[in-house]
This record gives sequence, structure tokens and C-alpha cells, in this order.
Amino acid sequence: MADTMELRDIEVWDGNMAASHALRQVQVDVVAAYPITPSTPIVENYAGFTANGYVDGEFVMTESEHGAMSCCIGAAAAGGRVATATSSQGFALMVETLYSASGMRLPIVLNVVNRAIGAPLNVNGDHSDMYMGRDSGWIQLDSYCPQNAYDLNFIAFKVSEDHDVRLPAMVHQDGFMTSHTAQGVHTLTDEAAFNFVGVYQPMNDMLDLDHPVTHGVQTEEDWHFEHKARQQHALMTAVLPKIQAAFDDFEKLTGRKYNLVEAYDMEDAEVAVVCMGTSVETAREVAEEMRAQGIKAGVVGIRVFRPWPLEQIAAVLKDVKAIAALDRSSPHGTVGALYNEISGTLFNTDTKAVLTNYIYGLGGRDLTKAHLVSIFTDLKANADAGKVTTPLQQYIGLRGPKLSFF
Amino acid sequence: MLEIRWHSRAGQGAVTGAKGLADVVSTTGKHVQAFAFYGSAKRGAAMTAYNRVDDKVVMNHEKFMRPDYVLVIDPALVYVADITANEKDNTIYIVTTHMSTDELIASQPKLEGRKVYTVDCIKIAQETIGKAIPNTPMLGALMKVSGMYDIEFFKESMVKVLKKLPQKIIDANMIAIQRAYDEVK
Repeated sequence: MADTMELRDIEVWDGNMAASHALRQVQVDVVAAYPITPSTPIVENYAGFTANGYVDGEFVMTESEHGAMSCCIGAAAAGGRVATATSSQGFALMVETLYSASGMRLPIVLNVVNRAIGAPLNVNGDHSDMYMGRDSGWIQLDSYCPQNAYDLNFIAFKVSEDHDVRLPAMVHQDGFMTSHTAQGVHTLTDEAAFNFVGVYQPMNDMLDLDHPVTHGVQTEEDWHFEHKARQQHALMTAVLPKIQAAFDDFEKLTGRKYNLVEAYDMEDAEVAVVCMGTSVETAREVAEEMRAQGIKAGVVGIRVFRPWPLEQIAAVLKDVKAIAALDRSSPHGTVGALYNEISGTLFNTDTKAVLTNYIYGLGGRDLTKAHLVSIFTDLKANADAGKVTTPLQQYIGLRGPKLSFF
Repeated sequence: MLEIRWHSRAGQGAVTGAKGLADVVSTTGKHVQAFAFYGSAKRGAAMTAYNRVDDKVVMNHEKFMRPDYVLVIDPALVYVADITANEKDNTIYIVTTHMSTDELIASQPKLEGRKVYTVDCIKIAQETIGKAIPNTPMLGALMKVSGMYDIEFFKESMVKVLKKLPQKIIDANMIAIQRAYDEVK
């Protein structure tokens, strides 16, 4: 039986510490990991908790991230609660196995501390790794601050392990900007946290020897399409209602309210930025300041990146005149991914909104409040003109000559 | 919003100092943020750490800051780091040095006309803790200059922050904090 830990109501934790305590509190059976900056402290702290008797589970050091996720897949198939963490190049090395985890319908929670992908090598935060995971069949939840990194882990386990879902989930947080930034985090007691997620209920577990099952099968043209369709069906129909239900339960327990799409100052907004991660909170502060200057500014934060809550996002953006999609990842050859998602979301609606794209913050480059003021100012001009008055895609925060496309 | 920038060398404990301060401030009901500029920094490399303190939740995640206080915990950084970067008219500087405030300003004219305080945190740390870890004494000096908290309350709070360390080290840190509080000029 694991020891419990007494926590203060508010602990000053960075995002990594918050995530590692969440993993401890849900008593993961197997954490298999290969540490990489900036996610290292999650598994390092967790290994410490395990060694000191605070976790009744196994910590496995593997030879690579590919091995770490492979080990997680084996443990999840065997019938255990499983989690790990990674970033950047490590995430990239995991990619092959990510598709196996989702295709085998295994509930695994992966904390992704978002970091740039080289070359050039860079340890700082951007969303390149998060974007790389978006077709992998995983649920992707996004944190804006250490409190979110803590809370969303509980949501991830609860939804992922639900027998109607049985899909792995990533909890994202911004490298350094969340992972190494200490802020006040409201805690749950060990008991309340564990009870929120509950005792793990295995399904089709390999170690249930009375009910033999096969994992990791091969299907060719005969059945592959049907398996993939079934996976997509679960992701598209089961997941969002389960996330909403988990958010509702979590609000009852903690008073903290999460939404499938986070809309701030959007009721009467004329201009809005859509973004992810810590940028959402900085943008909220700037939107308030723009309102004081008479610009009706709002912010839409993507909380659930996959499955994409298309209808809910269309609803919050329907009356806006000008929208900026902010992408913290190099799109390499096209418009940013969020720009594409928002375009696709609004295309068949009645919106007349003007949509533009900003690429920002690559490799940890600071997104300052001054940058956001200039974006909102561009948006106001677009809203007043009723058309795009700037290039469609602009780089913001880049040194040297301005760069823009389309 | 109160904003603080630390100038330090990696390994001198600026991050621990910033987090320790955040820990103490958080217990008084205020909202805090503590972070640092990392990179592939090696021990001894110049680095900066930051604190934000506010009555409401800190949502600003920009790294850009116009600090109210600049805390320099390595004497040489006054000459090699841009310690006056993004300063305000009323930014207050607390610098670790063996020099007097007048001597320091004479040696670094950039500080002329600024509100500058000096204290030898390195020497205090060596004489009390036995190691040149100037982070906790700097917090003692900050308490004196800012009047943020009563020094006895601050020391009691820091005992809790440092609780995992051996008692001897905790006691030495408390003496270091008090000495910097008394000696900063």
C-alpha cells in the first residue's frame, strides 16, 4: 500500500511537478520512460515518488522513447494503468508506436511537454511536437498553465480509460513557459484525486487468462479499413461527450471549470485570436487591455485539439468580424495548422469573418504583449475594412526583415 | 504587479531563490510566478530568473519584463551582463559586491542616478553557509529594501521552504538572511 502525501491547499509548483503529482495521485501501475528536456522532471519526480514508497507501481527505464512507449503499450495491453512523458525529438521517435497505441485501443496517458524539433537543436518550447501527433489517433488536451497541467491529467485518465473510449490521451504543456514556471496550483487530496479517476477497470487484458485475447494483429485489405473506421467513430462520437462529463464532474469536485473550447470575452467580440498553450492567457490579458481602448477583443483557447470540437468552435466564432489563428509551429510549405482547422471549421457556415494567420514563438521565442497588441490592431483594421488588409500569413517576433506569405 | 529580475550564474541558486520567494509570497494569499531563462546553460554561465507577484492570478507568460527590482547575486555580472535592460525610472538595484555603493557606481557608470543598494551576499554565504550560494542572503536584503514582509515572518516562512535540508544548513541560512537584512546599504 502506497504512502499518502500531505499537500498544502495551494502548492507553488511548475507544470512538471504538477503533472508528476497527478500521476502519483492516480497510482499508475507502470511508468516506462526515457527522459528528455524539458519533460525530464515529470518522470524523475515520479521515479522518486516510487522509490520513496508513494506509488504502488513499477518504474521502468528504457533504452529510448520508442522503447518507452512500446513498454507502455505492453503494460496497457496486459491490463494496467499506464503513463509516461516526453518532448520534441523523443516524441518524434515515439511516433510509430503512438499509432500502435491508438490502433490497439489502449488507454495510455502521455504528458507531452511541448518543445521545438531540430534542426537546429533547440530545447525550448513550441508546438512542433504537438502538431506532429495530431493524426496519430490520440486524444490531445492542452494546458495553459501549471494548474491546467495538473487538472487535465485527471481528465485524461478518466476519459481515456472509459470503456466506451479506450483511446490514449496526451496532456500538453508548453516547455519551460509552463513546465519550468512555478505558479500557485490548487491541489486535491490524494484520496479525492484517486477517487475522481477511480480504480482501473481493465478491458480485453492479456493477463485475464480465463478470457484469452489477441493484441497487435495484422489486417489487410479485408478488415483494416473497418478497424480504422471504428477507431475514428469512437474518437468522433464518444470522446467529446465523455470529456464534457469529466469536466462537469471535475467542476463539482473542485469548482474549476473547463470547456471543450475556452471562450474569453467572446460574447460581443468583433475581433478574436485563436491560440494554444500559455499564449491563451497572455492574449486574455491583452484582450482586456484592448477593450479598455474600445476594441471589442476576445480570445478562443483550444482546450481539446483532438478530437477537434468543430461545431463548438464554429459556434463561438460565428459573430466575429476578424480572426487571427496563431501557430507556434513552422508550417513548412503551407498555412499554419490552426489556420487550416479554423478555415475548415467556418467554411460551410454563414460567417463573413476575415481570417489571417500568424506564425510566432518558434524555438521558445517570446510572444510579448506588444506582439499581441499589434495582432489585435491588425484585426481591428481587417474588421473595419471587411477584408484582409495584411498578408494572409505573417511572422511575428522574427528579427530582421519582415516575412509574410500570400 | 510587482516584477523582479535576478542576474546570476547557473549554479548560484537564482532559480531556487526565485522559487523560494514565490513559495513564501504564495502563503500570504498573493499570486506568484517564478521562472528562468534556460538554454543549454552550463554551470557558471550568466543567466536570469524572474518573479511576478500580483493580487490576481498571473496570466502574463511573456518573458519580457520591466522590473521593479533587479537582484544581482554575482559581483562580476554588473560588468558583463546588461543589468539595466528594460529598466523603469524607479527600478531598484540590489547588488552583491564587496564594494560600497559609491565605489560600485564609480566602477559601473551605467548605474549612476539609479537607486542602488549593495550587500556582500557572497561573503555572508561563505561565512555562514560555508558555500558561495548567495541566493537566500539576497532575499534578506530584498526584505529590508522593499519592506515586503517582516523579517521574522520571512525567516519562519523560509524555514518551511528549506525544510528538506539538514537543520544545520537551515540555521546557517537564517543567519545569512538576517545578516544581509542588517548589512544591506
